[in-house]
Amino acid sequence: MLLSELMEGETGVIVRVGGNGALRRRILEMGIVKGTKIYIDKYAPLKDPLELIVKNYHISLRVEEAAQITVEKQQQQD
Amino acid sequence: MSERKAITIALAGNPNSGKTTIFNNLTGTRQKVGNWPGVTVEKKEGLIQKFGYDLKIVDLPGTYSLTPYSIEEIVARDFVLEEYPDVIIDIIDASNLERSLYLATQLREIDSKVLFALNMADLASSHGTKIDAEKLSDLLDVPVAFTVGNKNVGMDNLLKEAIKLAESNPDKRENRNVKYSRDIENAISKIQDLIEEKAKDRINYKSRWTAIKLLEDDKIVKERFAEKAGAAGEEILEETGVLRKSLLNSFDEDPEIVMTDDRYGFIAGIIKEIQTTTIKQRVDVSRNIDLVLTNRFIGFPIFIFFIWAMFQMTFTLGAYPMDWIHSGVNLISSFAGSIVPESLFKDLLINGIIGGVGSVIVFLPNILILFFCIALFEDTGYMARAAFIMDKIMHLIGLHGKSFIPMLMGFGCNVPAIMATRTLESEKDRILTILITPFMSCSAKLPVYIVLAGTFFAAKAGNVIFSLYLLGIILSIISGRLFRSTLLKGIDAPFVMELPPYRVPMLRSLMIHMWDRSKMFLRKMGGIILVGSVIVWALSAFPRHVEYSADYSSEINRANESFNIKIAAADEKDKEPLKNERIVAITEIEKLMSAEQTEKSYMGRIGKGISPFFEPLGIDWRGSVSLLTGFFAKEIVVSTLGVLYSTKSSDDKDALKNALRSSGMTPLSALSMMVFVLLYLPCLATIAMIRKETASFKWTAFSIIYSTSVAWIASFCVYQGGKLLGY
Repeated sequence: MLLSELMEGETGVIVRVGGNGALRRRILEMGIVKGTKIYIDKYAPLKDPLELIVKNYHISLRVEEAAQITVEKQQQQD
Repeated sequence: MSERKAITIALAGNPNSGKTTIFNNLTGTRQKVGNWPGVTVEKKEGLIQKFGYDLKIVDLPGTYSLTPYSIEEIVARDFVLEEYPDVIIDIIDASNLERSLYLATQLREIDSKVLFALNMADLASSHGTKIDAEKLSDLLDVPVAFTVGNKNVGMDNLLKEAIKLAESNPDKRENRNVKYSRDIENAISKIQDLIEEKAKDRINYKSRWTAIKLLEDDKIVKERFAEKAGAAGEEILEETGVLRKSLLNSFDEDPEIVMTDDRYGFIAGIIKEIQTTTIKQRVDVSRNIDLVLTNRFIGFPIFIFFIWAMFQMTFTLGAYPMDWIHSGVNLISSFAGSIVPESLFKDLLINGIIGGVGSVIVFLPNILILFFCIALFEDTGYMARAAFIMDKIMHLIGLHGKSFIPMLMGFGCNVPAIMATRTLESEKDRILTILITPFMSCSAKLPVYIVLAGTFFAAKAGNVIFSLYLLGIILSIISGRLFRSTLLKGIDAPFVMELPPYRVPMLRSLMIHMWDRSKMFLRKMGGIILVGSVIVWALSAFPRHVEYSADYSSEINRANESFNIKIAAADEKDKEPLKNERIVAITEIEKLMSAEQTEKSYMGRIGKGISPFFEPLGIDWRGSVSLLTGFFAKEIVVSTLGVLYSTKSSDDKDALKNALRSSGMTPLSALSMMVFVLLYLPCLATIAMIRKETASFKWTAFSIIYSTSVAWIASFCVYQGGKLLGY
């Protein structure tokens, strides 16, 4: 599924970062690479952009950017 | 002869890694702030003497990588590649180790002398993350020093380590670089061999690094390589293209993407060995603050409150020192008036130089307070949240969430607003924001609306003024979308933005921040404004002797004499009122005289000359002249109108209103004039600022022409449309 389809509080593992050019490279260089766990911390008040936690830091992406990232949803474990 | 040895140290690191704090700690107030050549990225450097060395410390822009993706990265990489700093200190945020190491591995590849400053390790360990620095140093073969930037700990040691590294023998260090996938490594060594064989002495970068960059299809390196290596270069580039294609086939992915993955893989291996995390989810004050500040329901109200508070502080609190400066300038000018003999020079000094520079320097309190607030937003980490919640709205105009703040400041004054665009990272965003900010109706335009709307719209004045503000906003949105799809086309700056943890700001760093930017305002503006003021003064002061239609000086004499006779004949108690009457009568004549002087000055002649241009807008020559003088500062439009309609005193609003009403101005032409004032070219100070911040004459000229054209078209529609509708 797409990263933009995850709900607040859900975790996914990145399968593939799509898109092209500089933006894709930038996302990868920020550490959003295959196999990385990514947690949806929250959506902005107007539902765009969204705040993610990846590699222990907080990053924000627009929904359209998050829609380029394919993830595998992880079941909540507590 | 103990000549001190000079060492250049470059500070590199991710944004929010605490780099600026360390730079401030190291250099204190001995900083030089300027721009990197050709771009508007701030360049900071400081010269200090320590341990018997002259240390030049250069603060590179904060970047996440050295891939030439933004201007910041290009600037940082070029400095490292072309200026050969003796040592690069890479500031690594200990609580963000994994991502920080990405830049570190890239710096390592360039093969310069790199030193790691492991910053804020105390904070990381309190969050449950332990880092084995010795092992990190071993694994990457890089010396590591501990620092705690915000407590000023470890600075001397950092410098000592840097000096030690600078003095060390380069050959001693061996390379512990990223190992890429086998196919990639094969390709790299093939290219590297070719370079060594055919172009070695013609390129100044390390051959492995060059090979890696060529394989990554790095545009800048490719260009420079082709330039320097000549025919051999072409051959190598061709071979690289073939290798890239075969890699693309086998990985089904561009090589640079695979290489990015590989670097993170390499980093993950290091992390496994050196970092132990005891707590799974970090206990985070920051997230708790965010639960409130970016909350779905109260996030916006809080944001609006902060902006309101900043606005209030800047313009309300700032009004007091503004008054003091204003009186100070008046004091200076009356002092100068009393000691300099009556002459052309006196007029130039008082009305041109002191008046002109004084009118700009009054903005200083606004600017200081504004930049204090912005520094506070930035240093605490709130700026990123403001962009986060505003992005959706701003994105509609094709802008980044951060553009909101400068645009909002535009309602106060465009000068600090345009300076505030510095917080935008993308140059295109910055130019776009600069181009549309002047449509935000600044506070100096308000007096013009008050007079005109108050005169012609009476009870509806409030609605009219509100509509003007709204018109400005709407036109800025339309212009924004227009520019984004034409002149400044291209991808919107993506919103890949880090939301750094909230931090308690350091007063010292706030002060340095605020002062640096304000100093720049004073220094650069001083020059342009001085020249501009003198030109405007000259245009309105020359020619010195105009042919007056009446002999004003003899009229004054006559009035004086007749009053003198009356006063002499009058009773003691009637003398005072008569004296007052005399003053009024003489001022009246003087006003007529100065109105005629203004009319016949070069400024007046230009105004009259261009009045056909304003005719279709329903604005007469007096309006044209006052609009022209409004170029100096918008509030002057009112006082020029006052002079031209020769009202008794320009402060006396009622007199001006009556004069306006009887001059044949209609509500429709008043509205047209207000629309024009709202939209036409920004004031001199703003233009100077646009020139400075865009670093481009072309964009400045474009801004002037664009806004004036929009103003003309809008006023034309208002006036002619209104006439058609029968107003």
